[in-house]
Amino acid sequence: MSHLIEVFIDTYDLFLHGLWITLQLSAASLLIAFFIGLFFAILKISNFKVLEWIADAYIWLVRGTPLIVQIFVLYYGLVEIVLIPMFWAGAIGLAFHSGAYIAEIIRGAIQSIDKGQTEAGRSLGMTKGQTMKRIILPQAFRRAVPSLGNQFIIGIKDSSLVSFIGLQEIFGVASSGGSNNFDYFTYYFIAAIYYLIIVLALTLIVNHIEKRMAKSD
Amino acid sequence: MSGNNEMIRVEKLNKSFGDLHVLKDIDLTVKESDVVVLVGASGSGKSTLLRCLNFLEIKNDGKIIIDGEQIETKTHDLNKIREKVGMVFQHFNLFPHKTVIENVIEAPTQVKGIKKSQAIKEGKELLDKVGLGDKYDVYPSTLSGGQKQRVAIARALAMKPDVMLFDEPTSALDPELVGEVLATMKELADEGMTMVVVTHEMGFAREVGDWVFYMHDGKIVEYGHPNELFDNPKEERTKAFLSSIL
Repeated sequence: MSHLIEVFIDTYDLFLHGLWITLQLSAASLLIAFFIGLFFAILKISNFKVLEWIADAYIWLVRGTPLIVQIFVLYYGLVEIVLIPMFWAGAIGLAFHSGAYIAEIIRGAIQSIDKGQTEAGRSLGMTKGQTMKRIILPQAFRRAVPSLGNQFIIGIKDSSLVSFIGLQEIFGVASSGGSNNFDYFTYYFIAAIYYLIIVLALTLIVNHIEKRMAKSD
Repeated sequence: MSGNNEMIRVEKLNKSFGDLHVLKDIDLTVKESDVVVLVGASGSGKSTLLRCLNFLEIKNDGKIIIDGEQIETKTHDLNKIREKVGMVFQHFNLFPHKTVIENVIEAPTQVKGIKKSQAIKEGKELLDKVGLGDKYDVYPSTLSGGQKQRVAIARALAMKPDVMLFDEPTSALDPELVGEVLATMKELADEGMTMVVVTHEMGFAREVGDWVFYMHDGKIVEYGHPNELFDNPKEERTKAFLSSIL
């Protein structure tokens, strides 16, 4: 135990740096993933067969392959075409992955909103787009907050996989620290503590948002 | 107090959902300031007819002429038509994420581009009129059913429609709340609003209606002034229906 605390204090700088990268990576990838998800959710409910197929193909591709494979294919594929910083290769890979799950969450939330809401909007002369943007989506997002929060937590933990293309985020720091000092258990244990702290913070934020939004219900 | 100007004219309207033929050769004329009441058993097609009038359902065949203009879904901007034809639903369909006043000003500001301050001023007048002057800033979830429906009426009126459609506006209400909504509708009728009302409230039909149409199995069986239709129905079907509900 005292050894653990000792290493924790010694590696404080290193892990904080890794933590910062994890946070940036998660924030960037989940923000992009949210818009990817929204885009494909709207394709899926567009009632245009071709657009629905495109969305289905994307979701099938993401769900049908492991994230680590997606990251490698994207990274080694992309560097063939463009010189892309490792960080953005990782962020885009993660976003591409989470986007599919977020698309399904948002689609489900949109479809769970009572049809009468659309009819009320349209009967007042609002266009399809106005009704979607002002009436349906705000309600759908509220309903999606718990699932989105859950998906964001998964996204944060999945960001550990980009250490395999060389990013020194939390897991990367733990891997190199563990093997340099031949002390895997301690370093991975410390990594776990950092992840737990991030996830706890996000959970509290999501709970707070849920509570605040409950006021109109 | 009917005017002579035809607000709505429907000719040989047909509507099917798949194999189900729900409206069969419907003819209907609504003059300015008329209150037309559609009655009939559930499934007789009266709500579908109403929903065709603001194009929430699209007819298969026939003519719909609104304010002198024959409306075709291909050539007309249906949003523009819907601005003129307000609708009140059985289940209110208020926007739960918006306060009462936000519900009322949504369409005027978004669709007509009216300034927010102006829309709020007009919206408050409408809410005062329907007796909800103290409820501007609450969310719909805190209101009773009757209050919700009165907000929904104010929301539709905020677009200054030429015609108001009511689709069973009191059917989802507790019995003791029906009266306040009917009173609001009566007031509206007295002010000369053109209205088409689907309802099971025969007292309202008799007192406020200028015309009553009885529908059965997708057809208009009989129509007339309320006293004629209720006291002297000519068709056997109408008689059977009236004796079953009165």
